[in-house]
Amino acid sequence: MEGMKRVPVREQDPKVRATNFEEVCLGYNEEEAVAEAKRCLQCKNARCMKGCPVSIDIPGFIKQVAERNFEEAAKVIARSSALPAICGRVCPQETQCEGVCVRGVKGEPVSIGKLERFVADWSREHGFVPEKPEKTNGKKVAVIGSGPSGLTCAGDLAKLGYEVTIFEALHEPGGVLTYGIPEFRLPKDTVVRSEIENVKKLGVTIETDVVVGKSVTIDELMDQEGFQAVFIGSGAGLPKFMGIPGENANGVFSANEYLTRSNLMKAFREDYDTPIAAGKKVAVVGGGNVAMDAARTALRLGADVHIVYRRSEAELPARAEEVHHAKEEGIIFNLLTNPVEILTDENGWVKGMVVRKMELGEPDASGRRRPVEIPGSDYTIEVDTVIMALGTSPNPLISNTTEGLEVNKWRCIVADEHNGKTTKEGVYAGGDAVTGAATVILAMEAGKAGARGIDEYLSGKEK
Amino acid sequence: MFQIVKSEKLADKIYLMDVKAPRVARSCQPGEFVIVKMNEKGERIPLTICDYDREAGTITIVIQTVGASTEKMVRLKAGEYFEDVVGPLGNPSDFVREDLEELKNKSYLFVAGGVGTAPVYPQVKWFHEHGMKADVIVGAKTKDLVILEEEMKAVAGNLYVTTDDGSYGRKGMVTETIKDLVEKEGKRYDVCVAIGPMIMMKFVCLLTKELNIPTIVSMNPIMVDGTGMCGACRLTVGGKVKFACVDGPEFDGHQVNFDEAMKRQQMYKTEEGRAMLKLMEGDTHHGGCGNCGGDE
Repeated sequence: MEGMKRVPVREQDPKVRATNFEEVCLGYNEEEAVAEAKRCLQCKNARCMKGCPVSIDIPGFIKQVAERNFEEAAKVIARSSALPAICGRVCPQETQCEGVCVRGVKGEPVSIGKLERFVADWSREHGFVPEKPEKTNGKKVAVIGSGPSGLTCAGDLAKLGYEVTIFEALHEPGGVLTYGIPEFRLPKDTVVRSEIENVKKLGVTIETDVVVGKSVTIDELMDQEGFQAVFIGSGAGLPKFMGIPGENANGVFSANEYLTRSNLMKAFREDYDTPIAAGKKVAVVGGGNVAMDAARTALRLGADVHIVYRRSEAELPARAEEVHHAKEEGIIFNLLTNPVEILTDENGWVKGMVVRKMELGEPDASGRRRPVEIPGSDYTIEVDTVIMALGTSPNPLISNTTEGLEVNKWRCIVADEHNGKTTKEGVYAGGDAVTGAATVILAMEAGKAGARGIDEYLSGKEK
Repeated sequence: MFQIVKSEKLADKIYLMDVKAPRVARSCQPGEFVIVKMNEKGERIPLTICDYDREAGTITIVIQTVGASTEKMVRLKAGEYFEDVVGPLGNPSDFVREDLEELKNKSYLFVAGGVGTAPVYPQVKWFHEHGMKADVIVGAKTKDLVILEEEMKAVAGNLYVTTDDGSYGRKGMVTETIKDLVEKEGKRYDVCVAIGPMIMMKFVCLLTKELNIPTIVSMNPIMVDGTGMCGACRLTVGGKVKFACVDGPEFDGHQVNFDEAMKRQQMYKTEEGRAMLKLMEGDTHHGGCGNCGGDE
């Protein structure tokens, strides 16, 4: 039946894209976008908006797309989101806006993410830039970390007239958007850099190479540098390892290291100085988006790649689209399999990995079926590189150096969900630093909440 | 951008630079390091802070050329810039936080190997500034490679220079001098701090364990970010995995698994060799290198 199916999006052929770092999904052109936008039923009580953590006026911008008013569409989105080109690409829309779209009840939901992406890309290509606020209110706010939560918080505060400085520890802003998510999902030079430039155009200053907690402390920023409030959006960047024998062998990497070398340091390019040990046969341990990103990066560097995951396909935490893309590109999934030891050769290099078969037991407290070892099922797979993608936790550097900032037992900063308020006066926090590793859009939502909290605090509206 | 205000060749392959980095200069302490990235395409290299001038906003770094990146870096002249200098990173040396009166009752021996003299210097200087005198052994392969001797002499208690070939000072490895001081000259040390190549630190630790002197080493594994987010710099200390950049770089030397650390340091040897060759041979090098035998 007409209108039940989405306008398909063009993608690079899997065989071709497995050998390059170009973006996999090519996005809609104008005709495709308009056709898809016309599938939107323009609900009065739009469920999709409730599914969007930052409450973009989805029917509003889609209506403008359907009428070919692309700049107007961009303005509608800009009221709620500072990073549409990024969210349109990396949000798990299937569980958010698109997951509740009425169109999805009998057919396929409207491709809201791809439409948002189209509008953002169109704006960039046509030089549409956000308007800078006319004057500032003279109040200074420091934002720690330039990932999605920090950028969003900074953008919102700048729009309200605050003088905002972001402090970033790495040499390039963007957080996980820059060092974590690969080029083939999120191009750096075009998409990420230009969205960050747009935040700067709102009047935000970004100071890179500053490690808050080392180069300067939060107390110094507030007492000596005149910042009246601080937002901590420092993320959860500390990688976990399994603690199995052989894990320090040459050729074992955290996904963070592997992806940082490739994405931030551009080790996949000949003309950059940072090396990367590509590997010929790579095992990536884990089943999240980071595992998919690491696996698909290793594949593009020329390796045969296995994903080793202790649960079954149904429990893979990665986005369905990423798992699908990974399979199309030829990544092999070893499910219900868990590493027990990494074997090394006489020079200390990985030569294999002993793995144990698992089966699913009873559901645990979170409802996921717990993997149980099958005794005597160990076998060895031959690999020369192992990438551990087991998750990350917050870096304790900031909490350890800030008097009066409470953290919970997972070292996450304790902060109010609605306004980001921490236990220290004037200090707000949000994103993975508070929740532990989560998603880009949830970090953005927390950045918005933090901006709201800081504005209430500094304008005396706080209750 | 971080301006180089002074650049000086100290010895063959060893260069000293003063770099304008006000935030680092304001907050750094002995034992900490910086990560330096030369330009857009450069890699991130960890370097110890050798000295600092809080008022001028400068830090001093000492670079030994060991590969293509450091070779390119030392070609920069005063007035030119590093794109990125980030820090201070790592933990300050333990003694910085110790009770000063207790510290004054302890006798410290600093052992520096080669370019390791640079990170030892700010620690000895800190002792000097706090009214203490520590003994210092500086070891180098040969006379021409002894660096910062005058500076060290000005802040050290007793300074013992030793060269492998005997061309200057005492002859032999630093371990021989440690042995002589303790066994022949009756010196007694409560703490030894050894900084230099991993192999030197390993042998110092083997000896001080025998001599029963607690020993602190400053580890120099491969690093990428230097802020604890990747674990490239991980090593085993007392059977536990530690990240040198945030848990160290200084550790109890008697607990460090040096053999594992030295193997990990070699991880990119071939890539480094290729990059060096490319730099040295310039346009005559044909890249890709499937044919040059560098893999063998």
